Amino acid sequence: MRTTTSRSILTLAAGLALQLAVPSGAQASKADDTLTAAFQFQLPTFDRYFAGGREGFLLGLLVYDALIYRDPNTLEFKPLLATSWRQIDDLTLEFDLRQGVKFHNGDALTAEDVVYTINFVSNPQNKIFSPETAAWIAKAEAVNSHTVRITAKETTPLALNYVMQLAILPAKYHATVGKDEFGLRPVGTGPYTVAKGSGNTVVFARNEAYFTGGGKNKPLIGKLVYKTVPDVTAQVAELMTGAVDWAYYIPSDLAARMATNPKLRITNADTFRVGFLTLNVDNNVPPDSPLRDVRVRRALNHAIDREKIAKSLVGSSAMVVNSACSPLQFACRQDLPPYEYDPAKAKALLAEAGYPNGFDVDVFGYRSRPVAESILGYLRAVNVRANLNWLQYPAVVKARREGKAAIVIDDFGSSGVADAGYILSFFFGASSDDLSRDKEVTRLVAQGSEKIDSAGREKSYGDALKLIGERAYWVPLFTMPINYVATTDLEIPIPRDENVEFWRARWK
Amino acid sequence: MTAYLTRRLCSALAVLFSISLISFMLLKLSGDLATALAGEGSNAAYVDFLRKEYGLDRPLLVQYATWLGRALTGDLGRSFYFGEPVSTLFAARLPVTLQLGVLSIVVAITLALPLGIYAALKEDSLPDRVVQLVALSGQAMPVFWSSYLLILLFALNFKLLPISGAGSLAHLIMPSLALALNAMPALIRITRSGMSDALASDYVRTARAKGLRSHTVVVKHALRNALVPLVAIAAVQFGLLLGGSVVVETIFAIDGIGYFTWQAISQNDYPVVQAAVLIVASFYVLLTLAADLLNMWVDPRFTLGLAP
Repeated sequence: MRTTTSRSILTLAAGLALQLAVPSGAQASKADDTLTAAFQFQLPTFDRYFAGGREGFLLGLLVYDALIYRDPNTLEFKPLLATSWRQIDDLTLEFDLRQGVKFHNGDALTAEDVVYTINFVSNPQNKIFSPETAAWIAKAEAVNSHTVRITAKETTPLALNYVMQLAILPAKYHATVGKDEFGLRPVGTGPYTVAKGSGNTVVFARNEAYFTGGGKNKPLIGKLVYKTVPDVTAQVAELMTGAVDWAYYIPSDLAARMATNPKLRITNADTFRVGFLTLNVDNNVPPDSPLRDVRVRRALNHAIDREKIAKSLVGSSAMVVNSACSPLQFACRQDLPPYEYDPAKAKALLAEAGYPNGFDVDVFGYRSRPVAESILGYLRAVNVRANLNWLQYPAVVKARREGKAAIVIDDFGSSGVADAGYILSFFFGASSDDLSRDKEVTRLVAQGSEKIDSAGREKSYGDALKLIGERAYWVPLFTMPINYVATTDLEIPIPRDENVEFWRARWK
Repeated sequence: MTAYLTRRLCSALAVLFSISLISFMLLKLSGDLATALAGEGSNAAYVDFLRKEYGLDRPLLVQYATWLGRALTGDLGRSFYFGEPVSTLFAARLPVTLQLGVLSIVVAITLALPLGIYAALKEDSLPDRVVQLVALSGQAMPVFWSSYLLILLFALNFKLLPISGAGSLAHLIMPSLALALNAMPALIRITRSGMSDALASDYVRTARAKGLRSHTVVVKHALRNALVPLVAIAAVQFGLLLGGSVVVETIFAIDGIGYFTWQAISQNDYPVVQAAVLIVASFYVLLTLAADLLNMWVDPRFTLGLAP
């Protein structure tokens, strides 16, 4: 009996030891040519059109290709599935398709696939995740087997910014398997295929037949492991143990602690996201609101030391912005006179406006508490006594749209669109997010959005930005860079638009 | 006894109903769900479209009644983020959470039992105080903190254990330890007080007087009686572990219902959040009920009609 018990215990112990010896999932390794990247959220599906957020965007770049590609450094559009394109008239774009491109299942890319995809995503019944990328499209049609025309409902100067997000699907396969099956077994033309996995670990394998000549290339590293590590502290620990090779969106305090680790390289790099204060000037505002007075709004601009907050709390690459857009965006002029940090001038302007003792104001925020507290401190120093309402993003947006938020500490990423027209149309386009409702500004923004020619648009947006600056409708703050962390034996380009190009990564 | 059972079942149902109602209302109060769903950069027209599409423009009580009606038939809605039925998504993730919960409670009992017995045997001595301190620290330390300490120790310093995932038993050691540390204090205390009472009882004195070995007295006579409340408390602690798994599964990237819930909160996937509250609450209510029934079964007063 005793022997049997001992044997059972031994068997159990051996079993446990074997279990313990099982490799800890996908280990980062240069030796087996596998790059392990950590992300906060799972990919909900492998169907590009039903996976939202940054993860969905990344999926779109890895597994699929669009007609065109945006260079993450120059931000210029370059050929991808289309070798060239032209604007036929204000509403029509024509694309010549690359020949010889194959989907992962071996089907050849044809105009039919492009037309099918464009018509599928622009049909509101299909309820894709980012409808704005396709809502502008009236129809797509094949001119011949390798030429496609896309017709817009109205003049859409941002069309190419959207086309670059439209992953082309294999018509026959997609129509045969249906949406749910496609989400499990996706087929694209992209540099990677989904090899295996779901949930927290997904393995992407190099598409050995990836075409040459486009803006993307055949991956230099054979396997990419998408590892979900939701907790950023755990991501940092994984980087330090070497189980993960790459991660981004690492908070500055954690990144600073890793800076001394010789095995890791931290890069603080810009994104399209900019921070700013929205000031409620004319959205259900009481007649006696101090924010109606331009001198008060200018005082707020002078009251905050943006440079100091940017460098100490946001990131070493953060840049102060003086206009209501990201400096990386087209038509975002940077030559506007800045409001220098000058609390004495701020106080004088407040006194001139009839507020020598300052005033009380409701401020709403949702993102970075340290930044918010710092801004509040600067405002308090000029006697603007802010009552902070710290809420979730949707609640803040609701309050702003209803005119209940006098000041919002906000930021905006322009959904990855490298054009000031996007942010201007959103915040100064006479919508419920437009708090100034300045007819001159909204007219200029509308003008910019009705034109196709770049010079004309640049002029309209430039004039709008000048007025926004002069009339101090916002307090533009700074760009909001993020931290990329990679092991030192990995060479991976840092993009300016957050679209990480894993296919260019290589081992040193 | 039947009356007692009926009363307990009714109160369990009332608790579940209240929880579902309160969580539904709190979720609605947390902000505009349509804006949250639409995401950053969405214009007001699209937000309005979503509001209508998902029925968020209807009166709250109508929304709740619709949800409850479907939930009673097992339909917990579809996840906004995954686009799949919430019940399917939960069912896929439940096994790993239960595995983690069972492992944690086993670890907690395995550690708590000897410590509790030892403390009772050495009552009011230094070792007893040390055990009490361990219990107090375990209770006082938040789960995320103990998780980070374990990562620091076993993953970064000794490089013994993997941090993220649930692919092998090794992956579950740190998470189960972190949860066990949190569940252990109550178990230590209940074992200690149960043992202490048992050791001072007449039947133990009689057993000793009969000349039985100390080991036999402690294990066969005292411990058996002291174990009864421990089992009941362990059941309740198991429910707590399921709640605690939100933090632990998120830190250790375990794809169970805890991490799933955290992700749903982060992504404003409110059908999932609502279902998560209901499912964890149901577990807790069921476990408490089971613990009560267990107590009833072992307490002869129930069978004699002297139930409290």
